[in-house]
Amino acid sequence: MSMKASEINEKTAWQDLTEGLKIYEPGTSKAFCTGEWRTQTPVMNWEKCKQCLLCVPYCPDSCITVKNGQRQEFDYDHCKGCGICAKACPFRAIEMREGKEGGNQ
Amino acid sequence: MAIRTRMSGNEAVAHAIKQINPDVMPAFPITPSTEIPQFVASMIANGEVDTEFIPVESEHSAMSATMGASAAGVRAITATSSCGLALMWEVLYVAASSRLPIVMALVNRGLTGPLNINAEHSDSMGARDSGWIQIYAENNQEAYDNFLQAHRIAEHKDVQLPVMICQDGFITSHAVENITLWEDEPIKRFVGEYHPEHYLLNENEPMAVGPYAVSSYCMEAKKAQAQAMMNAKQVILDVAKEFEEVTGQHYGLFEGYQLEDAEYAVVAIGSVCGTIKDSIDALREKGVKVGLLKVRVFRPFPGKEMAEALKHCKAIGIMDRAESYSGNGGPLGAELTAALYQAKVTAETVNIMYGLSGRDVRVEDMEEVFGWLEKMAAGELHFDEYPYLGLRTR
Repeated sequence: MSMKASEINEKTAWQDLTEGLKIYEPGTSKAFCTGEWRTQTPVMNWEKCKQCLLCVPYCPDSCITVKNGQRQEFDYDHCKGCGICAKACPFRAIEMREGKEGGNQ
Repeated sequence: MAIRTRMSGNEAVAHAIKQINPDVMPAFPITPSTEIPQFVASMIANGEVDTEFIPVESEHSAMSATMGASAAGVRAITATSSCGLALMWEVLYVAASSRLPIVMALVNRGLTGPLNINAEHSDSMGARDSGWIQIYAENNQEAYDNFLQAHRIAEHKDVQLPVMICQDGFITSHAVENITLWEDEPIKRFVGEYHPEHYLLNENEPMAVGPYAVSSYCMEAKKAQAQAMMNAKQVILDVAKEFEEVTGQHYGLFEGYQLEDAEYAVVAIGSVCGTIKDSIDALREKGVKVGLLKVRVFRPFPGKEMAEALKHCKAIGIMDRAESYSGNGGPLGAELTAALYQAKVTAETVNIMYGLSGRDVRVEDMEEVFGWLEKMAAGELHFDEYPYLGLRTR
């Protein structure tokens, strides 16, 4: 029986999965790229961004990380494109673009 | 020394709980199972057990809290009946698919409506596909003995499934009958302590129970759960054998009464089997070869084994104490008839609806049923529709 999430995949036989699909390690949701569900993509205009960090607490998926007091690029592996950050930004520095791949400006 | 005494089925199960001393019991009262948590609450107040009792606000919460406790890593039990079980419905499936070895005392009562509080199997039969092991009792002794074996079955590494220990409402749960209680020490040794390999409160192994499963994993999990149910058959027999070594009581997947040479057999579940045995004794004295197959384990369903035990019979009456409203008979009738067909048993069969909502079944009623079977075997009687026993009709 495979006990680690990294040891199982869509080819694993039923006998090799854990009982009740229980997971015996923490933080495995990081490996689940929910960003694939995105149909709209937030794109940063860094010239307009004042680093007020208001977008950070508004993001329901913790996809805007902060390093040394500065917000970083979106975590596109997990951003579902809800657009709340774009609405919250007082400087209109975040633009929602159609499609999964918004790309950077 | 075992103790010969007298008590009701509910008291008998409460006594089993006292000897097991489970860790957590969340429960919500509902007739006719209310006495079980009531007895346990008294035992806690008297310091006889150190079970944590959680008075919850509904049966949905009762099963949810039982699940939480079980996932946390302790022995968790609950008790309910009828609509209480119905309110647990959603969580029953989650408990089974999360492979939690919960034990529940179920006192069988019909589901409303018409509103009624008496013995019927429609509650547990409705939950027959929820993934729970179901073990039924004929009397208080069996309810007690079955409950004592339940944790061993549920917690076995090849099983890891919840177990329902069923007894008939009022007829068994409230009627006071003779019983033999087993000594505490040997029972304590038999039940043993529970040390799960994985549990939520293990700080050295963070884990998740009941995660979302996408289509590419869900079907595999269901197959594994079905396999665990199949494995339960052997585990139930092994645990029964060990129980016999401790108590001398013999249990199997089902019990045959005068079945080996029976030409006409009845298959039934629960308290009615006592009445059937009396009717068999009376008919055997007249030289009629009649017998009974009493189903103890309904989940997993011992279809092959029952077909093997019935293959020599000329006619078989399959008794259901639960309507399916399928227009095609009851659950035991449907499943056993399919099993007989698969085993190429060609006896005449009839599915009989009996005892709904606590309707009394007498020895004479069962003699009538055996009369039907004789006539069916002789080609003199055929039922176009599955009959209701003791029904008033124009």
